[in-house]
Amino acid sequence: MRSRIFTTHHRTLGIFYLFLALAAVTVGTLLSLVMRLHRVWPDLSLPFFGAMKPEDYLALVTMHGTLMVFFVLTIAPQIAFANLVLPEQIGARGMAFPRLNAAAFWLTALALLVLLAAFFVPHGAPISGWTSYPPLSAVPSAGPGQGAGMDLWLASIGIFCLASWLSAVTMLTTILGERRAGMTWSRLPMTVWAWLITSILTLLVFTVLLAAVLLLFSDRHFGSSFFVPMGDLVNGRIVGRGDGSPLLWLHLFWFFGHPEVYIAILPGMGLATSLFANFARRRPIGYRLMAAMLVAIGLLGLVVWGHHMFVSGMNPYAGTAFALTTMAIAVPSTIEVLCWLAILWGGSLLLRTPMLFALGFLSFFIAGGLTGPILAQPALDAYLHNTFFVVAHFHLVMAMAGVFSIFAGIYYWFPLITGRMMNETLGKLHFWITLIAAYGTFLPMHLSGLAGEPRHYERLSGPATSFPALLPVERGITHSALLLAAAQLIFLWNLFASARRGRIAEPNPWEATTLEWAPESGRSRVERGPYEYEIPANETNFNPQWERAAKEE
Amino acid sequence: MPATFTRHPVEIERKDTGIGGKPPLDRRPTGGGGDGDNWENRPPGRRGPRELLSRYRLGVLFALAGDLMFFVALVSAFFVRQSAGHFDARENYVSDWHPLAVPPILWINTAILILSSLTMEMARRQLFHEIDVMDEWLGLGRPAVKRATPWLVATVILGVLFLAGQWIAWEQLVQQGFRYTSPDPSSHFFYLITGVHGAHLLLGIVALATALGALFILRRVEMRQIVVDCTAWYWHTMGLFWIFLFGLLVFFQ
Amino acid sequence: MHTPQMLLEALRVAWMPPNGALHGIALDRLMRWNLIALCICFLAAHVWLIAAILRRRSFNQTTIPAAFRWIILTSLCAMYIWMAITAQRLWAESRFVGPEPEAMQVEVVGQQFQWYFRYPGEDAAFGATRPELVNAPGGNPLGLDARDPRSADDIVSSVLVLPVDREVDLRLRSLDVIHGLFIPGMRLKENAVPGLVLHVHFTPSVPGAYPILCSQVCGSGHARMQAMLSVVSPAEFDTWLAARQRARAEKAAP
Repeated sequence: MRSRIFTTHHRTLGIFYLFLALAAVTVGTLLSLVMRLHRVWPDLSLPFFGAMKPEDYLALVTMHGTLMVFFVLTIAPQIAFANLVLPEQIGARGMAFPRLNAAAFWLTALALLVLLAAFFVPHGAPISGWTSYPPLSAVPSAGPGQGAGMDLWLASIGIFCLASWLSAVTMLTTILGERRAGMTWSRLPMTVWAWLITSILTLLVFTVLLAAVLLLFSDRHFGSSFFVPMGDLVNGRIVGRGDGSPLLWLHLFWFFGHPEVYIAILPGMGLATSLFANFARRRPIGYRLMAAMLVAIGLLGLVVWGHHMFVSGMNPYAGTAFALTTMAIAVPSTIEVLCWLAILWGGSLLLRTPMLFALGFLSFFIAGGLTGPILAQPALDAYLHNTFFVVAHFHLVMAMAGVFSIFAGIYYWFPLITGRMMNETLGKLHFWITLIAAYGTFLPMHLSGLAGEPRHYERLSGPATSFPALLPVERGITHSALLLAAAQLIFLWNLFASARRGRIAEPNPWEATTLEWAPESGRSRVERGPYEYEIPANETNFNPQWERAAKEE
Repeated sequence: MPATFTRHPVEIERKDTGIGGKPPLDRRPTGGGGDGDNWENRPPGRRGPRELLSRYRLGVLFALAGDLMFFVALVSAFFVRQSAGHFDARENYVSDWHPLAVPPILWINTAILILSSLTMEMARRQLFHEIDVMDEWLGLGRPAVKRATPWLVATVILGVLFLAGQWIAWEQLVQQGFRYTSPDPSSHFFYLITGVHGAHLLLGIVALATALGALFILRRVEMRQIVVDCTAWYWHTMGLFWIFLFGLLVFFQ
Repeated sequence: MHTPQMLLEALRVAWMPPNGALHGIALDRLMRWNLIALCICFLAAHVWLIAAILRRRSFNQTTIPAAFRWIILTSLCAMYIWMAITAQRLWAESRFVGPEPEAMQVEVVGQQFQWYFRYPGEDAAFGATRPELVNAPGGNPLGLDARDPRSADDIVSSVLVLPVDREVDLRLRSLDVIHGLFIPGMRLKENAVPGLVLHVHFTPSVPGAYPILCSQVCGSGHARMQAMLSVVSPAEFDTWLAARQRARAEKAAP
């Protein structure tokens, strides 16, 4: 009776999710390349696009952001990887509610289709950015794409909220109720801790976004005035009929938007901890501390949303409060980074491809994270807000770190899924080109930002200002971005070729200790912590979690 | 699943009912909870029927926690919107918020909903009575189902009555000139909050009807318990949400 | 691709544009120190990382002394606290306190895709505006209400002209969607939100011309939405204002 398509098997669904994210990331990357080309050669006529109009550029920005944030960085590290290995890692037989879980996947796929459909309606995709600030997003006449395109965007996000709500319920119930006997809190792999926290965050914030989307939709179609202020005059027509407040949307959106960033990055942090322990053959320094810091980052993440709004007209005292909570979040992040650096100090790291990508994750996390304290200072943010400096910041700390954690996970779990190894040489080539090209793309953006170049500008020059001196920087960024995208062809080739013809993997190729690598006959009771390395008496220097603990331990 | 991927051993599911003992009983009036089935030393799926029940309860609890945030967002929007205003031509700060007198029928509706919660709880408890459950488990008829059915039917009727009452309240407001599209924000919120809550209750009535049917279709005692139990917790929570929302609409206009 | 000289030139201009505001001096200094401190952290972390990769395992050295760990953590936390405090001082100076009473009032109005600047005229009071009256081709882009006597001497300009060394209090409004007023040379940014009137104040200290940008995406013309700020001497400013007032009176007379 089991259908191959409408399966409820969690691992198959995980692979489906990964393919969904792959589709989204492919489209999103192509959009960003078109954007980069247009910025450097504005007169270039591209196939399919022709000469680009300003609104086309904004539509590309909006769709690039929405695809990447929702359908890649939310899906792949959290939901896809959790479906792939979470039940095995905690010794469960499957997800708690398999049908609900499958329904969540199909809702997500529907959301992606609805979003992509926005390209094909009259006037195209919305232009208000992935944050969709009203009144621009609340008034269909405010610009091209704000009609049917914006409606589709809202519908897509609404469906996505429902889907992630369902999968969060499934994941939380699985983690809390389905653990194998003896799998206590201090024996959970760090990835499970991260998924636990991201699921809680998903539950708390995506429903708030759903409410906000509902209110915005009502403003657009049912004549209410939640976000449109009195006397608002758009395109020569007065559309504001009540004292709506655009700031209300900003608060609701960023209450979702900031934890969303942690939903994207926490699974990567958990995975990096696992991989560092595995490939350094060392216990993590302070397992409890690291788990506690993950929880702290998640909780603090709920109270920092105002740092996106320092110059939005929010009360300046509130700005100070949010600046302090934001600065406070630097402390647990710093502790995490220091713990990782301390694990790595053991030396003799096994530099296999997954480990390289985990190291790349760490490098980007540091590079992007360090500009966080600058942007957390309202006085400095008042200059840098919405400039390319911010673009550089979040592309390093969320996008590149997130993507590197996705790569690390794929290279790491590939033998578990397919029974074959991915090609190491191609993997290392992919890593080095991607690392260099990613830095080449996003580091120079700090300079554009310092020079004061705002985001969402489709060209460097304008009536009052021009940044001609930035042109070499911008050219370099574009070349680097092209290289970055091209390097992913190596990955795709490696992925599909290795799935067919890769070397057959041994049962536990990385000598990992967590339960997803356990043989089927693994013991039913867990008696060990997740990262038992550095056992001098032991010949293999590690004790997997599925083995019985010795009497004297 | 692509043919290139090999099947992992775990994929071969064991058809295990997960039932190793008696169904959950009602020594405590709530149907219990806790850890009486020797959780620690058995693999998942073999921890007794309590495991299945608590799994579904956890799921409902988390789903409702998310739902709570949805309503919290609406309520915070309510307060923000209430305090919003603008400066008129004479530089006076005026607000477009006019308190809305809720139709008195809402008081009756609230009473009906509380009553329905009581009947729901009665239905739920019938399924956890020790003697009846043991009878059902041993296959000696279905006394628990027989006892629970009238309470469930009563709950459905009361739920429909509540929704009808809400409908009448909307009709009355429309006759007074308050529509959703009227420029008054308090009427937006009234329709929005009662509408969203009504949609939740509609779902609840569908769940109740499903549970009613399931009582006669499901063959396993513990599955019958789960269906009614989860519906009951959902129904109680919606009742609780309504009391808060009603208080908001009445006292915080 | 490009020569080293071009790269150097790019690096020079990729720094912040020349500062022209009084509060910008401290802000630039803070920015510089922040960037230097964080660059050092970045480099130190990567040196550590590369050293860790190159190291061979030696079991007697694998643990880092607890004291060393605490020193690093506390010094980093001290750095964060220093950053939070210094930046908050600047923020409080510019945003917690209002402008001086004698500060010059200018209203900035954003509209898709144009900035308008309104000077209150001799009565130092802005006239009432009504959105129904907005008529840009008819010469009333802000919807000034002619029945309000205070609006009679209001001057609406598409260029922001300010006298040097006098504090200015900007009153930000938007007619349609959220715009972002961004004057890089003045180190100033604040959104113009429809339905709200927001105030920012600063003192231009260096005469010159500075671009004004829109920093919040506002529609298809977002990148075009630019204007000029010209900071001039008080005498030049008075001349300019008088000329604008004469022009306004002549237009109103017939």
